[in-house]
Amino acid sequence: MGKTRLNRQHLERLFDTLLPLLAVLGAFAIGAVILALQGVNPLEAYKAMVVGAFGSKNGLADTLVKSIPLLLVGLGIAIAFRGGVINIGAEGQLIVGALFSTYIGLQLGESMSPALVILLGLAAGALMGGLWGTIPGYLKAQLGVNEILSTIMMNQIAIQIGFFLLRGVMIDPAEIAAGTNIPHSARLTKAIDIPRFTDIAKSLGFTESAKDLGLEGWSKEIYGLLAEPTRLHAGLIFAIIIAILVYIFLWRTTIGYRIRAVGLNPHASRYAGIDVKKNMVLSMTLSGAFAGLAGAVEIFGLHHRMFEPLAVSAGYGFSGIVAALFGKLHPLGMIPSSILFGGLLVGGDKMQRAMQVPQVLIQVILGLVVLFVVSTDYFVRRRQNRRVSVTSRADDLILAAKTIEEVTNE
Amino acid sequence: MTPDAKLLPSGLPRIESMEMRGIVKKFPGVLACDHVNFDVKAGEIHALLGENGAGKSTLMKILYGLYHPEEGEIILNGLPVEINSPTDSLNHGIGMIHQHFMLVDTLTVAENVALGLKSTREPRMDLDVVSARIRELAVKYGLKVDPNALVSKLAVGERQRVEIVKALYRGAALLVLDEPTAVLTPQEVEELFHIFRQMAADGHALIFISHKLDEIFALTDRVTVLRDGKAVGSTLTSQINKAGLAAMMVGREVSLSRERPDVTVGKVRLSLKGINAFNADGQQILKEINLEVRSGEIVGVAGISGNGQRPLAETVAGLQPVASGTVELDGQLVTGLPPARMFKAGLSYIPEERMHDGVVKDFSVAENLILQDHIHAPFSKGIFLDFKFIAKHAQRLIQAFNVKTPSRETLVKNLSGGNIQKLILARELARGPRVLIAAQPTRGVDIGATEYIHAQLLKGRAEGLATLLISEDLDEVKAMSDRIAVLFEGRIMGIVTSDEVSTEQLGLMMAGEAAAV
Repeated sequence: MGKTRLNRQHLERLFDTLLPLLAVLGAFAIGAVILALQGVNPLEAYKAMVVGAFGSKNGLADTLVKSIPLLLVGLGIAIAFRGGVINIGAEGQLIVGALFSTYIGLQLGESMSPALVILLGLAAGALMGGLWGTIPGYLKAQLGVNEILSTIMMNQIAIQIGFFLLRGVMIDPAEIAAGTNIPHSARLTKAIDIPRFTDIAKSLGFTESAKDLGLEGWSKEIYGLLAEPTRLHAGLIFAIIIAILVYIFLWRTTIGYRIRAVGLNPHASRYAGIDVKKNMVLSMTLSGAFAGLAGAVEIFGLHHRMFEPLAVSAGYGFSGIVAALFGKLHPLGMIPSSILFGGLLVGGDKMQRAMQVPQVLIQVILGLVVLFVVSTDYFVRRRQNRRVSVTSRADDLILAAKTIEEVTNE
Repeated sequence: MTPDAKLLPSGLPRIESMEMRGIVKKFPGVLACDHVNFDVKAGEIHALLGENGAGKSTLMKILYGLYHPEEGEIILNGLPVEINSPTDSLNHGIGMIHQHFMLVDTLTVAENVALGLKSTREPRMDLDVVSARIRELAVKYGLKVDPNALVSKLAVGERQRVEIVKALYRGAALLVLDEPTAVLTPQEVEELFHIFRQMAADGHALIFISHKLDEIFALTDRVTVLRDGKAVGSTLTSQINKAGLAAMMVGREVSLSRERPDVTVGKVRLSLKGINAFNADGQQILKEINLEVRSGEIVGVAGISGNGQRPLAETVAGLQPVASGTVELDGQLVTGLPPARMFKAGLSYIPEERMHDGVVKDFSVAENLILQDHIHAPFSKGIFLDFKFIAKHAQRLIQAFNVKTPSRETLVKNLSGGNIQKLILARELARGPRVLIAAQPTRGVDIGATEYIHAQLLKGRAEGLATLLISEDLDEVKAMSDRIAVLFEGRIMGIVTSDEVSTEQLGLMMAGEAAAV
């Protein structure tokens, strides 16, 4: 019996780990039916997707570029989840972070060392995003305002503030001069761009292209990704370092311990003298700060100017949630999950162009993936709860009692 | 639909005998029921006794159709039956009275009883018919219940009677009574037993689950003891004594009496003066509480559940705001300070709802042992937790307090109730407190663990700890305490010396009927 039990536990763990992947496959299966109904060969479409996202240096670069904000936002989402609050406001936090970091970048320009300006710009983004998260966190802790609703509202406020500033004080003077009045800021000075991989490679002496070196196949693409001009920037390394720091923060420090304790059982935390409200606000603040940081990294690493808020946030505030769940709310697990999800976003685009399927259809498939991933999380939780009830007898009784009552009252 | 009919409302024959034969139920890693035989006949009260995790609730859940056994059969009136759901078991006439009441507060008794049943004149309600039938049952079994009373207005004992009426109304011929006396005064227990005897005399079969040996002897005809999923014995109650039953349950001799050695009582460690407190609804939950606990003393707090025990404990822990009055811990005035400050002042607190308030179930054993103290050395350096020390600390406490866990990294949700309580006890006592509040420290804990917890409390007493022991188990309060304060509706009815007071006197005080002598 011992042996079968072990196998079963192993199987369950394997199943739990693979579940997000199974969910994606499930979503793709339904997506395949929809594609087929559109008269598109699903296999070819998915092939275009995978090849588009991972099959070339440019595809890979785009995938990785998109994974940066996904990872940073996801880290914030994970902290909030671990602390027992739900942050749906990453979109707005990202926008205010992007706005404020742009402002700092424009103001400081080349007045001091570029590294310092970038650092200050990122800090400004985190600060503003953190503030944007603190407000709903405080409202929740002090007044019991539902944080899901308030964070969604805060998104709207952030978007409108963005338009207000970009049509007003922050607008590019060139736009006024030309009379076009497109709501975007001036470009930040090139000196304070987060360096791209190709620039770093060049400064390290890798000046030849893959062709010069006579590389073929995969090595050509990988070398190209690292050394040839692509959009991939050092924000990726930064985000991965941040993910490791968040892991250390949550599992190795007293503050992280308290956030997790409050998230798992606020009652026991309160009884142990932990300030539940304070930690609730703190996890929202940190959550917002990481979203704001994502916004700042997008500005300094990719866009180099602020433009339409929703185009900058690009839905990362929401897809970051999925990337976080996909990574099981674990900072390290979220590194591959953000890359995978970034690949889905890029691959979706590529599939649309290759197969001439409508944009809406891509969104349907991505939506299916979100739906499947989120529901598997629920599924795992429910099963875990059931397992708990078998082992912890007091709860078992209550659960059984409730079950009975439900059944008898039917 | 008369109770004397040979047929049940479902049309199935009334239960004359029930037999569970060779029941086997496995959970991952546990054999919860190992070829268990159990039977009960109409007119009989059969006790099911066993420690937590012995398999009592699993066995009853199988009978109730919540679990499906791997082996074995259930035989009703000599014929094997399949019970796959609670609906099946209800149709067969099996009813269950739970520890936690399943009533809708905002409805009347009659409405609660009618809930989910077909009316005699659908789609209109037939509450008058239901009421009449409730009155009939009430008279027959001596169940004092007013069909038109709002459940929210009923006392605990009355609510329990409503539960019984509900089961009888649904035609239950076999009733499973799951620790029905946990929330009652001794007088109410006596009344309840009277009702049970009447029901048995009327041809009902009763299965009585309890931890309390006295009650087994006072009420039941037969007793079956479960241990580690096996039925270790079944005997007529009249042919065994308490010590024998306890030994059967635990598998070794256990001491049922508690020796309280003489200890010199020291200075006042906990002092409450003129405490008044209100709940969120503005109801007064503590009235003019004056209480002192000295070093080397255990002061028991007796009372029926919900008479202010929890607010009293939470006041001392800084979790319950007070309207007036003062709290002193070890000579320091701490009124209104947050819990963290109370713990710093030398307080340890074993909360009543241990699964809910005492542990983080998804944290490991080691993580749970530092819930209060993670913030300072030696558990952390700066903001970083010192895992080496935390591990050592956990290992030491697991051994010292005999916590049965596969490892210190095991999640607490995988431990048994008794072991979780030992874990909390270990955490709270290892902090070196000067004042301990132990709220229901042995509720739902098996005899072996209870014995251990009591020994630890007495050890603390000998070492000069001031303990406030809040318990609804009168025997425990009497055996463990030097003095007993009785709470009724948030007021202390009196403080008595435990060796000089009778259970009857305590019972009257708990019911608010007599002040201290």
